[in-house]
Amino acid sequence: MLKLDRVTKVYRVGTFGGRELRAVDDVSLQIPDSEVVALIGESGSGKSTIGKMILHLTNTTTGAISLDGVDVSGLRGPGLKDYYRKVQGVFQDPFSSYNPIFKADRLFHIIHAEFYPRVDAGTWERKLDGALRDVGLNPEHVLNKFPHQLSGGQLQRFLIARALLLDIRFLVADEIISMLDASTRIDVLNLLAELRSRGLSVLFITHDLSLANYISDRAAILYRGRIVEVGTTARIFTSARHPYTQMLLQSVPRLDRKWELQTGIETTPLQAAFASGCVYRDRCPLAYEQCSQKPELRPVDAEHAVACWKVPAAAG
Amino acid sequence: MSLEVRDLTVYYQTLRGDVRALENATFTIESGEIMGLAGESGCGKTTLGHSLIYLAPPMKHIGGRVTLNDVDLPIADIEAMNPHRFRDVSIIPQYAMNAMNPVRKIGRMTEELLRSKGVDYAQIRPELQRRLDLVRLRPDVMDLYPIELSGGMKQRMVMVLSTLLNPFLLIADEITSALDVASQKAVAQMLVEFREQDCCKSAMVITHDISILYQIADSIMIMYAGQIAEKAATDTIIHEPRHPYTKLLISTLPEIGAQYTRKRLQGIAGKPPLLLLPPAGCRFRERCPVADAKCVQTPPLLEVEAGHSVACWREVERRAQA
Repeated sequence: MLKLDRVTKVYRVGTFGGRELRAVDDVSLQIPDSEVVALIGESGSGKSTIGKMILHLTNTTTGAISLDGVDVSGLRGPGLKDYYRKVQGVFQDPFSSYNPIFKADRLFHIIHAEFYPRVDAGTWERKLDGALRDVGLNPEHVLNKFPHQLSGGQLQRFLIARALLLDIRFLVADEIISMLDASTRIDVLNLLAELRSRGLSVLFITHDLSLANYISDRAAILYRGRIVEVGTTARIFTSARHPYTQMLLQSVPRLDRKWELQTGIETTPLQAAFASGCVYRDRCPLAYEQCSQKPELRPVDAEHAVACWKVPAAAG
Repeated sequence: MSLEVRDLTVYYQTLRGDVRALENATFTIESGEIMGLAGESGCGKTTLGHSLIYLAPPMKHIGGRVTLNDVDLPIADIEAMNPHRFRDVSIIPQYAMNAMNPVRKIGRMTEELLRSKGVDYAQIRPELQRRLDLVRLRPDVMDLYPIELSGGMKQRMVMVLSTLLNPFLLIADEITSALDVASQKAVAQMLVEFREQDCCKSAMVITHDISILYQIADSIMIMYAGQIAEKAATDTIIHEPRHPYTKLLISTLPEIGAQYTRKRLQGIAGKPPLLLLPPAGCRFRERCPVADAKCVQTPPLLEVEAGHSVACWREVERRAQA
């Protein structure tokens, strides 16, 4: 299980770093084994920052991230390398994940040299062959090619195959399908679902609610760095309680229902997140005095928690 | 009043030969029509959009013509298009959020833009004010730098700028794809509002997101590998598509209630042909479940009902039987 415990990330911004930007604010989240957890939020909500912190690409300011009870924030050298055997990431733009002057399968050779130097070439080739077939690629068609000779979907699957070669337990999937076409994105999603059934857990970072609903077991809604609602996907999508989540769900373009007329969109220029109080209160139709205090995530039932003063907590 | 495109063919010239990105596009956009243009990446939808406003090398006009209210639009001549650009045909480019000059305040940039078209800024200011209200931007955005606005707000600002001279056709290239769902909805609905308010007579909305088009478009045109596959009223495309590609494309869209545990969706096997030397005939035939020997010839774009055109041999056969 991967666990985030009150994780906060503060960036220093402004010319001399004089101002603070709370990209992630006091986020706690648990991702059990073989579960897909969707992290949903608009651009700038801090969802990618959470992924980067899990992948050790950026430090946490406060709080702890642990894998199976072991704190991972202080890992260095061999310990960190060991961590990367278990935890890997795949990112939004498959084209920029490759060096265009080398062949695309170079990334497999790097894995071989770095992590499995004692595995002989023949065994490695069979292993690679298996991993590529697992992600639905025919090795004969895709190996020995340059990145520009492969499609976005193929490159994205290469990256997933690379993660599989390491026998990983946890995958951070940061907007991995937003650059893919409708006809191929479903295949990549189905692949994730299949890997989950083999014990992999996935943090599925996205801004697309229907895709998150399609794939995930649980979902967390992030707004301006804070989780405003978390619960099982079924609960979130059928009975969302936070006004922000409700607004998001109403905004999703659907093929079975047309939009109602728009109410309440942001009209004021960007400002830093509120240091105190509810982060959504300037756009919220229900906001009242109490909202200048920060609402904690409180359970509304066994599978569902909401950070909103207007939503009564479950009894007991 | 309408924009008519007849047999428009545009290639990209490369060192390895012509890339046949757009072939024999024929369609009409009526005044007041919001036409959605959808398809996978590389299907030629952006090429079609750009060729109506700025057909610059490496794009090359091979054939076909475009008329606006029965007057020829000189799309192949970059210079001759100048008086038409912004006035008759305007565009909200892809990544419009990065389209504004980052080192100019928005007001100053607008002034410069209008002066280049010989329009007086002071005179247009009241109308600009009204349009800003329409997209719910405060008047003081004119004193801000682009970086001070959010993505959705920049998108709306560019929308106001593009339509300031009331063009006949507004081309909106992937304007919603980089936005979160709330801003997406706002921007899409404002596009409809602009049409209602006569800020533009008609619009061509280029996107890969068909569910957005279902919300706002009057008609949808589906393209595949440089050719028009089908054009019809929005409800017809979504609920009664005739072209095999349209059918498959619609079936890959997850609806909000869909979960993979309950109903597993399928992608479309295979990938589009390379357009450098595309195979003759229907370009979808290698992925098509109903293809046969006839498909090695290019199918005609057949009007199966009023306002519903399909390019598929199965439709030709169906008509022959009827």
